[in-house]
Amino acid sequence: MPATADTDERPLVELAAVAATRTPTAASSSPQAPFPAAPFPGLATPGFSRAVRCNAPSSFPADGGGAGQQAAEYPGNAISTTKYTAASFVPKSLFEQFRRAANCFFLVVACVSFSPLAPYRAVSVMLPLVVVVSAAMVKEAVEDWRRKQQDVEVNNRKVEVYDGTQSFHETEWKKLQVGDIVKVKKDEFFPADLLFLSSSYDDGICYVETMNLDGETNLKRKQALEVTMGLNDEHLFHSFKAFIQCEDPNEKLYSFLGTLHYNEQQYPLSPQQILLRDSKLRNTGYIYGIVIFTGHDTKVMQNAMEPPSKRSSVERRMDKVIYLLFVILFVIATFGSIVFGMKTKHEISPGNYAWYLRPDQANIFFDPNRASFAAFCHFLTSLMLYTCLVPISLYISIEIVKVLQSTFINQDQNMYCAESDKPARARTSNLNEELGQVHTILSDKTGTLTCNSMEFLKCSINGVAYGNGPTEVETSYGEIAETTGNYGHKDATESKRVVKGFNFTDGRLMDGRWVKECSRDAVEMFFRVLAVCHTAIPVADRNSAGMPYEAESPDEAALVTAAREFGFEFYNRTQATISVHEYDPDSGGKLDRTYKLLNTLEFSSARKRMSVIVRTEEGRLFLFCKGADSVIFERLSKDSGKACLTKTKCHIDEYSEEGLRTLVLAYRELTEEQYSLWNQEYQAAKNSVHNDHDEAVEKASEDIEKDLVLLGATAVEDRLQNGVPECIHKLAQAGIKIWILTGDKLETAVNIGYSCNLLRKEMEEIFITLDNSSKSASEGCSEEGNRMAPYEEIDRKLQDARRAIFMKGASTSFALIIDGNALTHALTGTLNKSFLDLAVNCASVLCCRVSPKQKALVTRLVKIRTSKTTLAIGDGANDVGMLQEADIGVGISGAEGMQAVMASDFAIAQFRFLERLLLVHGHWCYRRIAAMICYFFFKNITFGFTLFWFEAHAMFSAQPAYNDWFISFYNVAFTSLPVIALGVFDKDVSSRVCLEVPSLHQDGVNNVFFSWSRILSWMLNGMCCSIIIYFGSLNTVLVQAVRQDGRVAGFDILGVTMYTCVVWTVNCQLALYISYFTWIQHFVIWGSILIWYAFLVIYGLFPPAVSTTAYHVFLEACASSPLYWLSTLMIVVTALIPFFVYKISRTLYYPQYHDQVQRTNSKNW
Amino acid sequence: MTPGCLIATFLVIGIIFVPFGLFCLQTSNHVAEINRRYDVECVPNAYRGNKQAYIKDSAISKNCTLEVKVLDHMRAPIYVYYELENFYQNHRRYVKSRSDKQLRFGAKYTGESCSPVQWDHNGFPIVPCGLIAWSLFNDTYDFTQGSKEIKVNRKNISWKSDREHKFGKNVFPSNFQNGSFIGGGKLDPTVPLSEQEDLIVWMRPSALPKFRKLYGVIEEDLEVDETINILIRNNYNTYTFGGKKSIVLSTASWLGGKNDFLGYAYIVTGSMSIFMSILFALIHVKYPRPQGDTNRLSWNRKNSNN
Repeated sequence: MPATADTDERPLVELAAVAATRTPTAASSSPQAPFPAAPFPGLATPGFSRAVRCNAPSSFPADGGGAGQQAAEYPGNAISTTKYTAASFVPKSLFEQFRRAANCFFLVVACVSFSPLAPYRAVSVMLPLVVVVSAAMVKEAVEDWRRKQQDVEVNNRKVEVYDGTQSFHETEWKKLQVGDIVKVKKDEFFPADLLFLSSSYDDGICYVETMNLDGETNLKRKQALEVTMGLNDEHLFHSFKAFIQCEDPNEKLYSFLGTLHYNEQQYPLSPQQILLRDSKLRNTGYIYGIVIFTGHDTKVMQNAMEPPSKRSSVERRMDKVIYLLFVILFVIATFGSIVFGMKTKHEISPGNYAWYLRPDQANIFFDPNRASFAAFCHFLTSLMLYTCLVPISLYISIEIVKVLQSTFINQDQNMYCAESDKPARARTSNLNEELGQVHTILSDKTGTLTCNSMEFLKCSINGVAYGNGPTEVETSYGEIAETTGNYGHKDATESKRVVKGFNFTDGRLMDGRWVKECSRDAVEMFFRVLAVCHTAIPVADRNSAGMPYEAESPDEAALVTAAREFGFEFYNRTQATISVHEYDPDSGGKLDRTYKLLNTLEFSSARKRMSVIVRTEEGRLFLFCKGADSVIFERLSKDSGKACLTKTKCHIDEYSEEGLRTLVLAYRELTEEQYSLWNQEYQAAKNSVHNDHDEAVEKASEDIEKDLVLLGATAVEDRLQNGVPECIHKLAQAGIKIWILTGDKLETAVNIGYSCNLLRKEMEEIFITLDNSSKSASEGCSEEGNRMAPYEEIDRKLQDARRAIFMKGASTSFALIIDGNALTHALTGTLNKSFLDLAVNCASVLCCRVSPKQKALVTRLVKIRTSKTTLAIGDGANDVGMLQEADIGVGISGAEGMQAVMASDFAIAQFRFLERLLLVHGHWCYRRIAAMICYFFFKNITFGFTLFWFEAHAMFSAQPAYNDWFISFYNVAFTSLPVIALGVFDKDVSSRVCLEVPSLHQDGVNNVFFSWSRILSWMLNGMCCSIIIYFGSLNTVLVQAVRQDGRVAGFDILGVTMYTCVVWTVNCQLALYISYFTWIQHFVIWGSILIWYAFLVIYGLFPPAVSTTAYHVFLEACASSPLYWLSTLMIVVTALIPFFVYKISRTLYYPQYHDQVQRTNSKNW
Repeated sequence: MTPGCLIATFLVIGIIFVPFGLFCLQTSNHVAEINRRYDVECVPNAYRGNKQAYIKDSAISKNCTLEVKVLDHMRAPIYVYYELENFYQNHRRYVKSRSDKQLRFGAKYTGESCSPVQWDHNGFPIVPCGLIAWSLFNDTYDFTQGSKEIKVNRKNISWKSDREHKFGKNVFPSNFQNGSFIGGGKLDPTVPLSEQEDLIVWMRPSALPKFRKLYGVIEEDLEVDETINILIRNNYNTYTFGGKKSIVLSTASWLGGKNDFLGYAYIVTGSMSIFMSILFALIHVKYPRPQGDTNRLSWNRKNSNN
């Protein structure tokens, strides 16, 4: 093979060159796609430079155009999503760490501490910083290592690649190179972006699932070029040579431009021939493809984007508190410096000449003659001295706590969904406490509140309504308003059902009895439209009762299933045909009919309809159309039966009221001339490559989708998920406002609102709509209203509604229902304020017919305007914007792909778990984090201010009261674990109580535990403690002898006494604060105090050069002095009393809600 | 926590603390202490207006005798302290100015840490170096009772760990106080630092500008109404910075010297606790609150106002 390669390679290049210049193709003549004149990659046009040589021998270095060069030019297929590499880890992660203001401050302090300015030894400043930063770096490293593991797993997946010797062998993904031919089998992922050559189907089609790319679960059909579709055997690749020129890597999933040079011809390539990495081959045996983009060049990797990083409001406020601490730090440092400067100046004045300090020989830091400079230097020294006011370990402690909290969320058995085997997952640990502060929930409907499994329930054919199955709305209307849910009866109905997606019972239509109906032809046509007008694909394996279908949406699957149940079984689809087993009314048996599929006018959210044009076996041309009522009714032929139309409209309204999703079916028979005329136009539009391509196609489609004949309407039910009404009821009790944002129509949305308990009968409904087409439906839309500009109309309606609310007062609760059109205006200009004012006064808000973008806009509006925490929950790709915009995004890891989950902060399997996530975990996490941060400030203020009082008695000379290492270890060793235990384990009430008393959630919404008054009172408490500790120790220990042997206490013993009191006080304070003791709390709290004594003993045993003033101080001096122990007891008890009295009198006489709940539930704890 | 439990907690704290405070107070009261300021008294009348001239003039005798009456029976051991006031031994410049290594291992460890007193005018290392040593307190006291001399034991007044581990047995004072500007006391160059207990005591910096340091121990009882004479050599200059000097004779209890603070603190904290428990009990009796009264909830109160 290598021998022939030499000869093979060059002609190929030349051929391509010749072809490119000689025969300009359609694609190359288009202005958008300027093809390079020269085929050599180096000379190619910018933006269009990729040249892929296929089947080039891999071991061919000499020619310069071989695979060797290609491999060097394009990256391999290995991917790396890690943030760091081994080499960049240290500098990059260090940089990340020191981007935090607090860490940066500590770094500066640590650097300055090497200068003579430092009040204590540099190493004792460095060590805590090193510990904290390296702990954070280890966390980063572990996370990155996990990503690395994932990458390795992906990179080592196996794929079959053509080795140039007529056979395929397995290799790892990472070894793939541009130009390789690969074979991908059914249900495998594509390893790279491939050019689709051929498949196991003769007509060169394959089906792919793009769930990982866009979150859509439907299958998409790909079509190979005709010239390559025959290449579906391994041996054929021996002589296969091709050259592909195409666009540079980009992130556009739905566009692709390129040319295939093959057999001296050029063929334009479209997205139809491109198989994207991370999508999956379905329903197809195998495919062959050429690797075009590898690794990070693939479209999915180009699309990978860092999700917006979110911070909780508690953390944002915490930052402010840290700034406040900085201010305090600067204030006391400035104050100290001024006093120090004055005192230093005073040193040389007569009568105050402190000769023992040698002011005549003082260095510049103490020079009385240059007191102002000395004061400035002292300022820097003080900053260092009081750094302990700013808790260095706060960030890292919070991170540790949050990671542990997230594990609790992940491990919670009560949020585990057994059916889908999915636990709840906290995808980010940043927002745990934000869950406890949620004020507004913005929820998607389909798939979030409902199961997104559609069931065909009713239909209306030619003005006659069929189907008498009970809808969920009917069964649950008003019934669930009481607290306890009744799952039993739902299960009962479920067990009756045998066919998934079909819950239709009506003797008139089933089992072929429809032929006896008077409008038999219409019924037959109705079923035919159901069976033909769709893009579903039958799934080949037949192990269930009927033929299962893969469809673009569950609605469509339900409709096709319904057709099958009615006797019109769609069983095969090729590129150009649709085959259906039809019930033959004459013989009563099955009749196979094949429809020639001429055109498919696809569904889009703008068009709200889809059509197919088919030719029957008899040669008749039909356009079958299904779509939303509003768009179809506009396109009916003038002479169609008015009676039928009115009745159908009436039925549709009924269905909508029952919460069903409706579609209208219609058809049109075409003449050959009409069709061929239109088809030309359509093809032209389709082939146009201009910017207005889409518009042109749409316009062409419009031309044929008119003069339709109405057949009837279908009603599909989307069942509510288990426990949704109960969950919504609980959340409403918790005072959380719930908004539903849905694309459904108003009536459907309202009815779902009722069935899921969001709207209740006692509520007054306010409709804000702008639906001119259906005047009858929307009330209060009077004649003069229509004549006004929509903006003014909405304005007026908003004003009216607000007035109504004002009149009724707080006695009635309101529900606001607004539709997409009205919302467009309500979100613009000055109206958004009055819209929001109205909305916040309503208990429930329903927005229907909203687009994904509007969802995000509404979310942003609520978030910014109310400045309260918003939570968005959704399951589909259309919710991604909303999830990312909200303070918290919760994804439902349900059926509709992973897109929402990937964009979310938390993922749960079902909506009902939201109740536990918010009311239990949210409550706990919020309380814990808030308490933890407050306590952190308390303990550092307590400690920092004892230093300040001492310095004030040492002529403000910045002499620390404690040994260097005492100061360094304060945050790291003696007080760190209890506060982490507080953050992880403390709970005021059990989870059962949290759920029983949902109004506890209001504490979080009102930010009771992290209000400024609470933060400041903790700080004040810290200040009090520091005063009691300092002056208590001072007066007991000084100035007399402290022991029976007459020894007096110096600087060292006073320091140890004070420090002991501080350690005891802050730890006991915590013990007083926490409400939930396990052995862990006892262990860490009392353990921390013991560690202090152990440290004191061990450190005291180090040589004096290391331990300095702490040398033997405990063993020799303190331990044997009763005064030391007694003063500790007295001071600690006295320091705790203020808080204790405050807390007790508060809980007893001014209790907050949680205190009460806690008390009433303490008995059955 | 129920009100009963709370009242009991406070009561228990009070019941323990108040008697304990009384006990501490009594212990403190049993400590006999004689405290006599002498820095002004010892200056001859002629120099009262210019004390600095007196202290700086080496020609003037610094001897001074105080007569002290023993008010309570003082049982041996009686500790003799000197007490200084307005002397900032805790000033950072002062605290830093020492070399623990030099004290332990000798002159070769003399370094900048002792600044500004580390080299003499010839450039030889000063042992012990630093401001603390340089400003060594050098007043001395002799006690007589009538004609009988009262022995003051000046050994074993420092911490054992200091003598054994911080001050070297083989380190002798050298070049100490031989400059033009002499600070405090001088040291016997033949005695190793580990035996210079005055220095060792002095070199433990005090915590506050008012401090006591142990001078010696009188190992015989002093009876009530005895008069003892203290011969003071008033060498130490506290006059330039307005310091005070006192001599203190004190016995020691198991709690140490005389200090009523601890006793009072216990009594105050204890009685506050009892007061609290009574207060809570009264409130509880007078306004018993039904549990679960939702009208007291913060937002309910807010709403009713609206």
